[in-house]
Amino acid sequence: MTTDTLTPSSAAAGVDYGITTRDLNLWYAKFQALKGITVNIQKGIITSLIGPSGCGKTTLLRCFNRVNERYGYVTTKGEIKLLGKNIYDEDVSLIELRKSVGMVFQRPNPLPLSVYENVVFGLRIHDDKGLKKSDRDDAVEKALTEVGLWNDLKDRLDEKAITLQLEQQQKLCIARLLPLKPEIILMDEPCSALDVSGTRAIEELMFALKGRYTIVIVTHNMAQARRSSDECIFMLMGELVEHSRTTDLFITPKNRKTAEYIEGRYG
Amino acid sequence: MSVPASSTAGLFTETPFIRKKRRTERLAQCLFGAMALAMVIPLLLILGYLVFKAAPLLSWDFLTTNPTNGMRKGGIWSALLGTVYLVVISLCISAPIGVLAAVYLNEYAKDNWFTRIVNLSVVNLAGVPSIVHALFGLGAFVLFARLDRSILAASLTLAIMTMPVIIASTKEALASVPVSFREACWNVGATRWQTIKAIVLPNSISGILTGVILQVSRTAGETAPIMFTGAVFYRNIPEGNVFAYGIKDQCMALSMHLYTVTTQVTNAPEALPYAIAVTLLGTVLLVNATAIVFRVWLRNRKKW
Repeated sequence: MTTDTLTPSSAAAGVDYGITTRDLNLWYAKFQALKGITVNIQKGIITSLIGPSGCGKTTLLRCFNRVNERYGYVTTKGEIKLLGKNIYDEDVSLIELRKSVGMVFQRPNPLPLSVYENVVFGLRIHDDKGLKKSDRDDAVEKALTEVGLWNDLKDRLDEKAITLQLEQQQKLCIARLLPLKPEIILMDEPCSALDVSGTRAIEELMFALKGRYTIVIVTHNMAQARRSSDECIFMLMGELVEHSRTTDLFITPKNRKTAEYIEGRYG
Repeated sequence: MSVPASSTAGLFTETPFIRKKRRTERLAQCLFGAMALAMVIPLLLILGYLVFKAAPLLSWDFLTTNPTNGMRKGGIWSALLGTVYLVVISLCISAPIGVLAAVYLNEYAKDNWFTRIVNLSVVNLAGVPSIVHALFGLGAFVLFARLDRSILAASLTLAIMTMPVIIASTKEALASVPVSFREACWNVGATRWQTIKAIVLPNSISGILTGVILQVSRTAGETAPIMFTGAVFYRNIPEGNVFAYGIKDQCMALSMHLYTVTTQVTNAPEALPYAIAVTLLGTVLLVNATAIVFRVWLRNRKKW
Protein backbone atom coordinates (compact mmCIF):
# COMPACT_ATOMS: atom_id res chain seq x y z
CA MET A 1 0.00 0.00 0.00
CA THR A 2 1.28 3.44 -0.77
CA THR A 3 0.83 6.45 1.35
CA ASP A 4 -1.79 7.83 -1.00
CA THR A 5 -4.29 5.13 -0.31
CA LEU A 6 -3.83 5.61 3.39
CA THR A 7 -4.37 9.32 3.37
CA PRO A 8 -7.85 10.72 3.13
CA SER A 9 -8.52 12.61 -0.06
CA SER A 10 -9.27 15.74 1.91
CA ALA A 11 -5.76 15.74 3.23
CA ALA A 12 -4.25 17.14 0.09
CA ALA A 13 -0.99 19.02 -0.09
CA GLY A 14 -0.74 22.00 2.18
CA VAL A 15 -2.73 20.43 4.97
CA ASP A 16 -1.23 20.82 8.41
CA TYR A 17 -0.50 17.51 10.06
CA GLY A 18 -0.52 17.08 13.80
CA ILE A 19 0.94 13.60 13.82
CA THR A 20 2.75 11.74 11.06
CA THR A 21 4.40 8.35 11.27
CA ARG A 22 6.59 6.60 8.69
CA ASP A 23 6.94 2.83 8.76
CA LEU A 24 6.38 2.55 12.49
CA ASN A 25 7.05 -0.89 13.96
CA LEU A 26 6.75 -1.81 17.61
CA TRP A 27 7.53 -4.96 19.54
CA TYR A 28 6.58 -5.98 23.08
CA ALA A 29 9.55 -8.24 23.74
CA LYS A 30 9.19 -10.55 20.71
CA PHE A 31 5.57 -9.87 19.91
CA GLN A 32 5.16 -7.38 17.09
CA ALA A 33 2.24 -5.13 17.98
CA LEU A 34 2.57 -2.55 15.21
CA LYS A 35 3.57 -3.38 11.64
CA GLY A 36 4.70 -0.68 9.29
CA ILE A 37 2.25 2.02 10.31
CA THR A 38 2.40 5.06 8.07
CA VAL A 39 -0.22 7.62 8.84
CA ASN A 40 -0.86 11.35 8.61
CA ILE A 41 -3.21 12.76 11.20
CA GLN A 42 -4.53 16.18 10.45
CA LYS A 43 -4.17 18.97 12.94
CA GLY A 44 -7.16 20.32 14.83
CA ILE A 45 -9.62 17.56 13.99
CA ILE A 46 -10.87 14.47 15.77
CA THR A 47 -9.42 11.24 14.43
CA SER A 48 -10.73 7.93 15.71
CA LEU A 49 -8.84 4.66 15.84
CA ILE A 50 -11.06 1.60 15.50
CA GLY A 51 -10.45 -2.10 15.24
CA PRO A 52 -10.96 -5.30 17.20
CA SER A 53 -9.25 -5.89 20.56
CA GLY A 54 -5.54 -6.45 20.31
CA CYS A 55 -5.20 -4.74 16.95
CA GLY A 56 -2.74 -2.18 18.29
CA LYS A 57 -4.95 0.89 18.64
CA THR A 58 -3.89 1.67 22.19
CA THR A 59 -0.29 0.81 21.43
CA LEU A 60 -0.26 3.25 18.53
CA LEU A 61 -1.85 5.91 20.70
CA ARG A 62 0.77 5.42 23.39
CA CYS A 63 3.51 5.86 20.81
CA PHE A 64 2.52 9.45 20.30
CA ASN A 65 3.80 10.57 23.68
CA ARG A 66 6.32 7.75 24.00
CA VAL A 67 4.65 6.55 27.16
CA ASN A 68 4.93 3.00 25.83
CA GLU A 69 8.49 3.10 27.02
CA ARG A 70 7.24 3.05 30.60
CA TYR A 71 5.55 -0.31 30.12
CA GLY A 72 8.36 -2.86 30.12
CA TYR A 73 10.21 -4.17 27.11
CA VAL A 74 9.22 -2.14 24.11
CA THR A 75 11.22 -1.70 20.93
CA THR A 76 10.10 0.96 18.51
CA LYS A 77 11.41 1.43 14.98
CA GLY A 78 10.33 4.02 12.49
CA GLU A 79 9.61 7.70 12.56
CA ILE A 80 7.01 9.67 14.49
CA LYS A 81 6.68 13.36 13.91
CA LEU A 82 4.50 15.60 15.99
CA LEU A 83 3.90 19.04 14.46
CA GLY A 84 6.79 18.27 12.12
CA LYS A 85 9.23 17.44 14.91
CA ASN A 86 10.63 13.95 15.15
CA ILE A 87 9.92 12.88 18.73
CA TYR A 88 12.86 10.48 18.68
CA ASP A 89 15.31 13.33 18.09
CA GLU A 90 18.13 13.62 20.58
CA ASP A 91 16.97 16.98 21.89
CA VAL A 92 13.42 15.87 22.67
CA SER A 93 12.64 15.94 26.37
CA LEU A 94 10.09 13.31 27.30
CA ILE A 95 8.77 15.59 29.99
CA GLU A 96 8.10 18.43 27.56
CA LEU A 97 6.68 15.95 25.05
CA ARG A 98 4.22 14.49 27.51
CA LYS A 99 3.32 17.94 28.70
CA SER A 100 2.24 18.83 25.15
CA VAL A 101 0.62 15.49 24.43
CA GLY A 102 -1.95 14.74 27.10
CA MET A 103 -3.67 11.43 27.55
CA VAL A 104 -7.12 10.48 28.82
CA PHE A 105 -7.73 6.92 29.93
CA GLN A 106 -10.43 4.32 29.76
CA ARG A 107 -11.24 4.52 33.44
CA PRO A 108 -11.20 8.05 34.76
CA ASN A 109 -8.04 8.28 36.83
CA PRO A 110 -8.22 11.40 38.91
CA LEU A 111 -5.35 11.61 41.35
CA PRO A 112 -6.20 11.02 45.02
CA LEU A 113 -6.20 14.75 45.64
CA SER A 114 -8.79 17.50 45.72
CA VAL A 115 -10.50 18.72 42.56
CA TYR A 116 -8.42 21.88 42.69
CA GLU A 117 -5.13 20.04 43.15
CA ASN A 118 -5.96 17.70 40.30
CA VAL A 119 -6.32 20.58 37.89
CA VAL A 120 -3.17 22.37 39.03
CA PHE A 121 -1.14 19.17 39.35
CA GLY A 122 0.46 19.66 35.96
CA LEU A 123 1.15 23.31 36.65
CA ARG A 124 2.78 22.51 39.97
CA ILE A 125 5.14 19.89 38.59
CA HIS A 126 6.20 22.13 35.72
CA ASP A 127 6.36 25.28 37.80
CA ASP A 128 9.85 26.69 38.05
CA LYS A 129 8.92 30.32 38.52
CA GLY A 130 6.75 30.01 41.60
CA LEU A 131 3.27 30.65 40.29
CA LYS A 132 1.11 32.85 42.44
CA LYS A 133 -2.02 31.45 43.99
CA SER A 134 -4.12 33.79 41.88
CA ASP A 135 -2.54 32.34 38.73
CA ARG A 136 -3.43 28.87 39.85
CA ASP A 137 -6.96 29.91 40.74
CA ASP A 138 -7.36 31.41 37.28
CA ALA A 139 -6.04 28.25 35.64
CA VAL A 140 -8.49 26.12 37.60
CA GLU A 141 -11.44 28.32 36.70
CA LYS A 142 -10.41 28.43 33.04
CA ALA A 143 -9.84 24.70 32.71
CA LEU A 144 -13.00 23.72 34.56
CA THR A 145 -15.04 26.21 32.55
CA GLU A 146 -13.63 24.76 29.35
CA VAL A 147 -14.77 21.26 30.24
CA GLY A 148 -18.10 22.48 31.61
CA LEU A 149 -17.50 21.60 35.24
CA TRP A 150 -17.03 25.05 36.73
CA ASN A 151 -20.65 25.72 37.60
CA ASP A 152 -21.07 22.33 39.23
CA LEU A 153 -17.83 22.26 41.10
CA LYS A 154 -16.85 25.83 41.89
CA ASP A 155 -17.99 25.43 45.50
CA ARG A 156 -16.59 21.92 45.83
CA LEU A 157 -13.00 22.49 44.76
CA ASP A 158 -11.66 21.06 48.01
CA GLU A 159 -13.55 17.82 47.72
CA LYS A 160 -11.72 14.63 46.88
CA ALA A 161 -11.82 14.16 43.12
CA ILE A 162 -12.44 10.48 43.68
CA THR A 163 -15.88 11.21 45.12
CA LEU A 164 -17.18 12.84 41.93
CA GLN A 165 -19.45 11.05 39.47
CA LEU A 166 -17.58 9.11 36.80
CA GLU A 167 -18.55 11.54 34.09
CA GLN A 168 -17.29 14.46 36.16
CA GLN A 169 -14.11 12.54 36.93
CA GLN A 170 -13.47 11.99 33.23
CA LYS A 171 -14.06 15.65 32.49
CA LEU A 172 -11.72 16.50 35.31
CA CYS A 173 -9.07 14.26 33.78
CA ILE A 174 -9.40 16.26 30.58
CA ALA A 175 -9.36 19.53 32.52
CA ARG A 176 -6.15 18.38 34.18
CA LEU A 177 -4.41 18.46 30.80
CA LEU A 178 -5.56 21.89 29.73
CA PRO A 179 -3.50 24.21 31.97
CA LEU A 180 -0.40 22.74 30.33
CA LYS A 181 -1.66 24.02 26.96
CA PRO A 182 -1.28 20.72 25.13
CA GLU A 183 -1.17 20.51 21.33
CA ILE A 184 -2.55 17.00 21.13
CA ILE A 185 -5.00 15.12 23.33
CA LEU A 186 -4.96 11.33 23.13
CA MET A 187 -8.03 9.53 24.40
CA ASP A 188 -8.03 5.81 25.09
CA GLU A 189 -11.66 4.70 25.07
CA PRO A 190 -12.62 7.68 27.22
CA CYS A 191 -16.30 6.76 27.40
CA SER A 192 -16.21 3.03 27.99
CA ALA A 193 -16.80 3.44 31.73
CA LEU A 194 -19.56 6.02 31.27
CA ASP A 195 -23.29 5.78 30.73
CA VAL A 196 -25.18 7.27 27.79
CA SER A 197 -25.42 10.78 29.16
CA GLY A 198 -21.81 10.72 30.30
CA THR A 199 -20.73 9.57 26.86
CA ARG A 200 -22.72 12.35 25.24
CA ALA A 201 -21.18 14.89 27.59
CA ILE A 202 -17.65 13.77 26.76
CA GLU A 203 -18.38 13.74 23.03
CA GLU A 204 -19.80 17.26 23.21
CA LEU A 205 -16.70 18.28 25.09
CA MET A 206 -14.55 16.79 22.34
CA PHE A 207 -16.41 18.85 19.77
CA ALA A 208 -15.89 21.96 21.87
CA LEU A 209 -12.17 21.28 22.18
CA LYS A 210 -11.49 20.36 18.57
CA GLY A 211 -9.84 23.02 16.48
CA ARG A 212 -7.64 24.17 19.32
CA TYR A 213 -6.40 20.67 20.03
CA THR A 214 -5.69 17.73 17.78
CA ILE A 215 -7.69 14.88 19.25
CA VAL A 216 -7.02 11.19 18.64
CA ILE A 217 -9.52 8.82 20.19
CA VAL A 218 -9.36 5.06 20.46
CA THR A 219 -12.78 3.51 20.60
CA HIS A 220 -14.42 0.12 20.57
CA ASN A 221 -17.71 1.70 19.82
CA MET A 222 -18.16 2.10 16.08
CA ALA A 223 -21.22 4.23 16.52
CA GLN A 224 -19.14 6.59 18.58
CA ALA A 225 -16.41 6.74 15.96
CA ARG A 226 -19.04 7.49 13.39
CA ARG A 227 -20.76 10.23 15.40
CA SER A 228 -17.81 11.97 16.84
CA SER A 229 -14.80 11.81 14.54
CA ASP A 230 -13.84 13.63 11.37
CA GLU A 231 -11.44 11.00 10.18
CA CYS A 232 -11.26 7.36 11.01
CA ILE A 233 -8.43 4.83 11.02
CA PHE A 234 -9.19 1.12 10.91
CA MET A 235 -6.52 -1.20 12.25
CA LEU A 236 -6.25 -4.97 12.22
CA MET A 237 -3.53 -7.23 13.67
CA GLY A 238 -1.10 -4.38 14.11
CA GLU A 239 -1.56 -3.05 10.60
CA LEU A 240 -3.29 0.04 9.38
CA VAL A 241 -5.96 -1.12 6.97
CA GLU A 242 -7.76 2.05 6.05
CA HIS A 243 -7.69 5.73 6.85
CA SER A 244 -10.22 8.09 5.40
CA ARG A 245 -12.90 10.60 6.26
CA THR A 246 -15.25 8.99 8.73
CA THR A 247 -18.27 9.30 6.47
CA ASP A 248 -16.37 7.70 3.60
CA LEU A 249 -15.03 4.90 5.72
CA PHE A 250 -18.43 3.97 7.04
CA ILE A 251 -20.37 4.39 3.80
CA THR A 252 -17.91 3.32 1.14
CA PRO A 253 -15.08 1.41 2.79
CA LYS A 254 -12.34 0.64 0.29
CA ASN A 255 -11.06 -2.48 1.96
CA ARG A 256 -13.09 -5.64 2.32
CA LYS A 257 -11.85 -6.22 5.88
CA THR A 258 -13.00 -2.76 6.87
CA ALA A 259 -16.38 -3.39 5.36
CA GLU A 260 -16.76 -6.66 7.21
CA TYR A 261 -15.69 -5.11 10.49
CA ILE A 262 -18.07 -2.19 10.33
CA GLU A 263 -20.85 -4.57 9.39
CA GLY A 264 -20.08 -6.42 12.58
CA ARG A 265 -19.00 -9.70 11.01
CA TYR A 266 -16.13 -9.97 13.51
CA GLY A 267 -14.53 -7.95 16.30
CA MET B 1 -52.92 -22.64 32.55
CA SER B 2 -52.50 -23.82 36.12
CA VAL B 3 -50.03 -26.67 36.48
CA PRO B 4 -51.29 -29.69 38.37
CA ALA B 5 -50.04 -29.68 41.95
CA SER B 6 -48.55 -33.12 41.61
CA SER B 7 -46.08 -32.00 38.95
CA THR B 8 -44.56 -29.24 41.11
CA ALA B 9 -44.41 -31.33 44.25
CA GLY B 10 -40.80 -32.42 43.81
CA LEU B 11 -39.57 -29.17 42.30
CA PHE B 12 -36.62 -27.46 44.02
CA THR B 13 -36.76 -29.80 47.03
CA GLU B 14 -33.79 -31.34 48.73
CA THR B 15 -32.49 -34.65 47.53
CA PRO B 16 -30.39 -36.93 49.75
CA PHE B 17 -27.36 -35.95 47.70
CA ILE B 18 -27.94 -32.26 48.42
CA ARG B 19 -28.42 -33.05 52.10
CA LYS B 20 -25.07 -34.80 52.14
CA LYS B 21 -23.41 -31.84 50.45
CA ARG B 22 -24.91 -29.51 53.03
CA ARG B 23 -23.61 -31.63 55.87
CA THR B 24 -20.13 -31.63 54.40
CA GLU B 25 -20.37 -27.89 53.95
CA ARG B 26 -21.28 -27.35 57.61
CA LEU B 27 -18.53 -29.72 58.71
CA ALA B 28 -15.94 -27.84 56.65
CA GLN B 29 -17.06 -24.51 58.05
CA CYS B 30 -16.85 -25.78 61.64
CA LEU B 31 -13.44 -27.29 61.07
CA PHE B 32 -11.95 -24.16 59.55
CA GLY B 33 -13.58 -22.01 62.20
CA ALA B 34 -12.13 -24.17 64.93
CA MET B 35 -8.65 -23.84 63.44
CA ALA B 36 -9.05 -20.09 63.33
CA LEU B 37 -10.18 -20.10 66.95
CA ALA B 38 -7.14 -22.22 67.80
CA MET B 39 -5.01 -19.18 67.01
CA VAL B 40 -6.67 -17.19 69.75
CA ILE B 41 -6.44 -19.78 72.48
CA PRO B 42 -2.63 -20.01 72.71
CA LEU B 43 -2.34 -16.24 72.78
CA LEU B 44 -4.82 -15.93 75.63
CA LEU B 45 -3.25 -18.84 77.48
CA ILE B 46 0.25 -17.41 77.13
CA LEU B 47 -0.82 -13.97 78.22
CA GLY B 48 -2.93 -15.24 81.08
CA TYR B 49 -0.26 -17.62 82.32
CA LEU B 50 2.49 -15.01 82.14
CA VAL B 51 0.49 -12.29 83.86
CA PHE B 52 -0.69 -14.69 86.56
CA LYS B 53 2.83 -15.88 87.30
CA ALA B 54 4.30 -12.40 87.10
CA ALA B 55 1.69 -10.72 89.25
CA PRO B 56 3.62 -10.61 92.54
CA LEU B 57 6.45 -8.60 90.97
CA LEU B 58 4.68 -6.30 88.55
CA SER B 59 4.79 -2.70 89.69
CA TRP B 60 5.99 0.66 88.49
CA ASP B 61 9.10 0.29 90.65
CA PHE B 62 9.92 -2.97 88.89
CA LEU B 63 10.19 -1.05 85.62
CA THR B 64 12.15 1.88 86.95
CA THR B 65 14.79 0.35 89.20
CA ASN B 66 17.99 -1.45 88.28
CA PRO B 67 18.41 -5.11 89.08
CA THR B 68 20.20 -5.63 92.40
CA ASN B 69 21.54 -8.43 94.51
CA GLY B 70 22.86 -10.50 91.59
CA MET B 71 19.62 -9.80 89.68
CA ARG B 72 17.54 -11.51 92.29
CA LYS B 73 16.05 -8.30 93.56
CA GLY B 74 15.19 -4.89 92.16
CA GLY B 75 13.72 -4.17 88.76
CA ILE B 76 14.69 -4.24 85.13
CA TRP B 77 15.25 -0.56 84.33
CA SER B 78 18.62 -0.96 82.65
CA ALA B 79 17.36 -3.85 80.52
CA LEU B 80 14.18 -2.04 79.52
CA LEU B 81 16.06 1.09 78.54
CA GLY B 82 18.66 -0.95 76.70
CA THR B 83 15.98 -2.63 74.60
CA VAL B 84 14.45 0.74 73.80
CA TYR B 85 17.85 2.03 72.67
CA LEU B 86 18.53 -1.00 70.50
CA VAL B 87 15.11 -0.89 68.86
CA VAL B 88 15.10 2.84 68.21
CA ILE B 89 18.66 3.05 66.89
CA SER B 90 18.43 -0.04 64.73
CA LEU B 91 15.15 1.12 63.17
CA CYS B 92 16.62 4.58 62.60
CA ILE B 93 19.27 2.85 60.52
CA SER B 94 17.24 0.16 58.78
CA ALA B 95 14.01 2.04 58.08
CA PRO B 96 15.41 4.85 55.88
CA ILE B 97 17.74 2.54 53.98
CA GLY B 98 15.10 -0.15 53.60
CA VAL B 99 12.34 2.22 52.52
CA LEU B 100 14.51 4.08 50.02
CA ALA B 101 15.86 0.84 48.59
CA ALA B 102 12.31 -0.43 48.19
CA VAL B 103 11.29 2.78 46.44
CA TYR B 104 14.16 2.28 44.03
CA LEU B 105 13.28 -1.34 43.41
CA ASN B 106 9.59 -0.69 42.92
CA GLU B 107 9.62 2.63 41.12
CA TYR B 108 12.89 3.03 39.27
CA ALA B 109 14.48 -0.34 38.69
CA LYS B 110 14.12 -1.95 35.31
CA ASP B 111 13.90 -5.71 35.20
CA ASN B 112 17.56 -6.49 34.53
CA TRP B 113 20.30 -8.58 36.08
CA PHE B 114 21.16 -5.95 38.67
CA THR B 115 17.59 -5.72 39.94
CA ARG B 116 17.32 -9.46 39.99
CA ILE B 117 20.50 -9.75 42.04
CA VAL B 118 19.24 -7.15 44.51
CA ASN B 119 15.88 -8.87 44.84
CA LEU B 120 17.52 -12.23 45.30
CA SER B 121 19.80 -10.79 47.97
CA VAL B 122 16.85 -9.30 49.82
CA VAL B 123 15.03 -12.61 49.89
CA ASN B 124 18.15 -14.50 50.97
CA LEU B 125 19.10 -11.96 53.59
CA ALA B 126 15.62 -12.24 55.06
CA GLY B 127 16.11 -15.97 55.34
CA VAL B 128 19.43 -15.87 57.18
CA PRO B 129 19.06 -17.16 60.77
CA SER B 130 19.62 -14.52 63.42
CA ILE B 131 22.59 -16.30 64.95
CA VAL B 132 24.40 -15.93 61.63
CA HIS B 133 23.63 -12.22 61.67
CA ALA B 134 25.15 -12.22 65.14
CA LEU B 135 28.39 -13.73 63.92
CA PHE B 136 28.49 -11.35 61.00
CA GLY B 137 27.89 -8.41 63.35
CA LEU B 138 30.67 -9.62 65.60
CA GLY B 139 33.07 -9.90 62.70
CA ALA B 140 32.09 -6.82 60.76
CA PHE B 141 31.08 -4.24 63.34
CA VAL B 142 32.67 -5.31 66.62
CA LEU B 143 36.04 -6.46 65.32
CA PHE B 144 36.61 -5.10 61.81
CA ALA B 145 34.99 -1.69 62.24
CA ARG B 146 36.37 -1.51 65.78
CA LEU B 147 33.07 -0.48 67.30
CA ASP B 148 33.73 -2.95 70.09
CA ARG B 149 30.79 -4.48 71.82
CA SER B 150 28.46 -1.52 71.95
CA ILE B 151 24.90 -0.36 71.46
CA LEU B 152 25.93 0.88 68.02
CA ALA B 153 27.36 -2.45 66.92
CA ALA B 154 24.33 -4.34 68.24
CA SER B 155 21.93 -1.90 66.57
CA LEU B 156 23.74 -2.21 63.26
CA THR B 157 23.50 -5.97 63.49
CA LEU B 158 19.79 -5.77 64.23
CA ALA B 159 19.38 -3.28 61.38
CA ILE B 160 20.96 -5.68 58.91
CA MET B 161 18.54 -8.29 60.16
CA THR B 162 15.39 -6.20 59.80
CA MET B 163 16.25 -4.36 56.58
CA PRO B 164 15.24 -7.06 54.09
CA VAL B 165 11.86 -7.46 55.75
CA ILE B 166 11.32 -3.71 55.67
CA ILE B 167 12.25 -3.69 51.99
CA ALA B 168 9.77 -6.45 51.28
CA SER B 169 6.89 -4.87 53.18
CA THR B 170 7.59 -1.43 51.71
CA LYS B 171 7.66 -2.84 48.20
CA GLU B 172 4.30 -4.39 48.83
CA ALA B 173 2.88 -1.14 50.15
CA LEU B 174 4.19 0.74 47.10
CA ALA B 175 2.85 -1.86 44.71
CA SER B 176 -0.61 -1.44 46.19
CA VAL B 177 -0.81 2.11 44.86
CA PRO B 178 -2.83 1.79 41.64
CA VAL B 179 -0.86 2.06 38.41
CA SER B 180 -3.52 4.41 37.07
CA PHE B 181 -2.28 7.11 39.46
CA ARG B 182 1.20 6.75 38.08
CA GLU B 183 -0.09 6.79 34.51
CA ALA B 184 -1.93 9.99 35.24
CA CYS B 185 1.30 11.54 36.45
CA TRP B 186 3.48 10.35 33.58
CA ASN B 187 1.04 11.66 31.06
CA VAL B 188 1.27 15.20 32.30
CA GLY B 189 5.04 14.93 32.20
CA ALA B 190 5.81 14.29 35.85
CA THR B 191 9.23 12.82 36.57
CA ARG B 192 9.43 9.64 38.56
CA TRP B 193 10.50 11.52 41.66
CA GLN B 194 7.60 13.96 41.33
CA THR B 195 5.24 11.03 40.96
CA ILE B 196 6.70 9.33 44.02
CA LYS B 197 6.67 12.46 46.12
CA ALA B 198 3.23 13.73 45.20
CA ILE B 199 1.27 10.52 44.79
CA VAL B 200 3.00 7.24 45.55
CA LEU B 201 4.46 7.94 48.99
CA PRO B 202 1.48 9.80 50.46
CA ASN B 203 -0.75 6.91 49.43
CA SER B 204 1.46 4.12 50.69
CA ILE B 205 2.83 5.68 53.86
CA SER B 206 0.44 3.82 56.15
CA GLY B 207 1.48 0.46 54.73
CA ILE B 208 5.14 1.41 54.88
CA LEU B 209 4.92 2.50 58.50
CA THR B 210 3.04 -0.63 59.47
CA GLY B 211 5.79 -2.75 57.98
CA VAL B 212 8.45 -0.79 59.79
CA ILE B 213 6.70 -0.79 63.14
CA LEU B 214 6.05 -4.52 63.00
CA GLN B 215 9.81 -4.96 62.95
CA VAL B 216 9.91 -3.48 66.44
CA SER B 217 8.74 -6.74 67.93
CA ARG B 218 11.36 -8.70 66.08
CA THR B 219 14.11 -6.33 67.08
CA ALA B 220 13.03 -6.32 70.70
CA GLY B 221 12.70 -10.07 70.91
CA GLU B 222 15.93 -11.27 69.31
CA THR B 223 18.66 -12.36 71.68
CA ALA B 224 21.20 -13.97 69.41
CA PRO B 225 22.26 -10.94 67.33
CA ILE B 226 22.93 -8.79 70.37
CA MET B 227 24.58 -11.20 72.77
CA PHE B 228 27.90 -11.10 70.88
CA THR B 229 27.67 -7.53 69.74
CA GLY B 230 26.63 -5.32 72.61
CA ALA B 231 24.33 -6.79 75.21
CA VAL B 232 25.78 -7.63 78.58
CA PHE B 233 24.90 -9.76 81.55
CA TYR B 234 24.64 -6.91 84.00
CA ARG B 235 24.97 -3.16 83.97
CA ASN B 236 24.03 -0.51 86.43
CA ILE B 237 22.79 2.82 85.07
CA PRO B 238 21.30 5.93 86.70
CA GLU B 239 17.65 5.29 87.36
CA GLY B 240 15.05 7.60 85.84
CA ASN B 241 17.43 9.06 83.26
CA VAL B 242 16.37 8.02 79.77
CA PHE B 243 19.72 9.19 78.34
CA ALA B 244 21.66 6.97 80.67
CA TYR B 245 23.26 4.93 77.88
CA GLY B 246 25.81 6.26 75.42
CA ILE B 247 25.99 4.91 71.90
CA LYS B 248 29.38 3.27 72.54
CA ASP B 249 28.26 1.73 75.83
CA GLN B 250 27.30 -1.82 76.32
CA CYS B 251 23.77 -2.32 77.53
CA MET B 252 21.37 -4.79 79.01
CA ALA B 253 18.37 -5.89 77.02
CA LEU B 254 15.09 -7.50 78.03
CA SER B 255 15.44 -10.55 75.81
CA MET B 256 18.99 -11.21 77.00
CA HIS B 257 18.02 -10.50 80.60
CA LEU B 258 15.21 -13.03 80.40
CA TYR B 259 17.68 -15.59 79.12
CA THR B 260 20.25 -14.94 81.84
CA VAL B 261 17.71 -14.87 84.64
CA THR B 262 16.22 -18.18 83.62
CA THR B 263 19.45 -20.02 82.91
CA GLN B 264 22.34 -18.38 84.74
CA VAL B 265 20.97 -16.99 87.99
CA THR B 266 20.27 -19.38 90.80
CA ASN B 267 17.63 -18.68 93.39
CA ALA B 268 15.95 -15.93 91.40
CA PRO B 269 12.38 -15.33 92.52
CA GLU B 270 10.02 -17.50 90.53
CA ALA B 271 8.03 -14.55 89.29
CA LEU B 272 11.03 -12.66 87.91
CA PRO B 273 11.36 -14.29 84.46
CA TYR B 274 7.63 -14.02 84.00
CA ALA B 275 7.65 -10.38 84.92
CA ILE B 276 10.43 -9.72 82.41
CA ALA B 277 8.50 -11.61 79.74
CA VAL B 278 5.35 -9.63 80.49
CA THR B 279 7.29 -6.38 80.20
CA LEU B 280 8.81 -7.44 76.88
CA LEU B 281 5.46 -8.57 75.56
CA GLY B 282 3.70 -5.49 76.89
CA THR B 283 6.18 -3.17 75.23
CA VAL B 284 5.84 -4.93 71.90
CA LEU B 285 2.05 -5.11 72.08
CA LEU B 286 1.92 -1.45 73.00
CA VAL B 287 3.98 -0.53 69.95
CA ASN B 288 1.91 -2.80 67.70
CA ALA B 289 -1.34 -1.36 69.03
CA THR B 290 -0.04 2.12 68.35
CA ALA B 291 0.82 0.99 64.84
CA ILE B 292 -2.68 -0.32 64.28
CA VAL B 293 -4.34 2.84 65.55
CA PHE B 294 -2.00 4.91 63.41
CA ARG B 295 -2.71 2.82 60.35
CA VAL B 296 -6.46 3.09 60.83
CA TRP B 297 -6.10 6.82 61.23
CA LEU B 298 -4.05 7.11 58.03
CA ARG B 299 -6.34 4.83 56.10
CA ASN B 300 -9.39 6.83 57.03
CA ARG B 301 -7.79 9.86 55.51
CA LYS B 302 -7.21 8.28 52.13
CA LYS B 303 -10.01 7.67 49.73
CA TRP B 304 -9.86 6.02 46.35
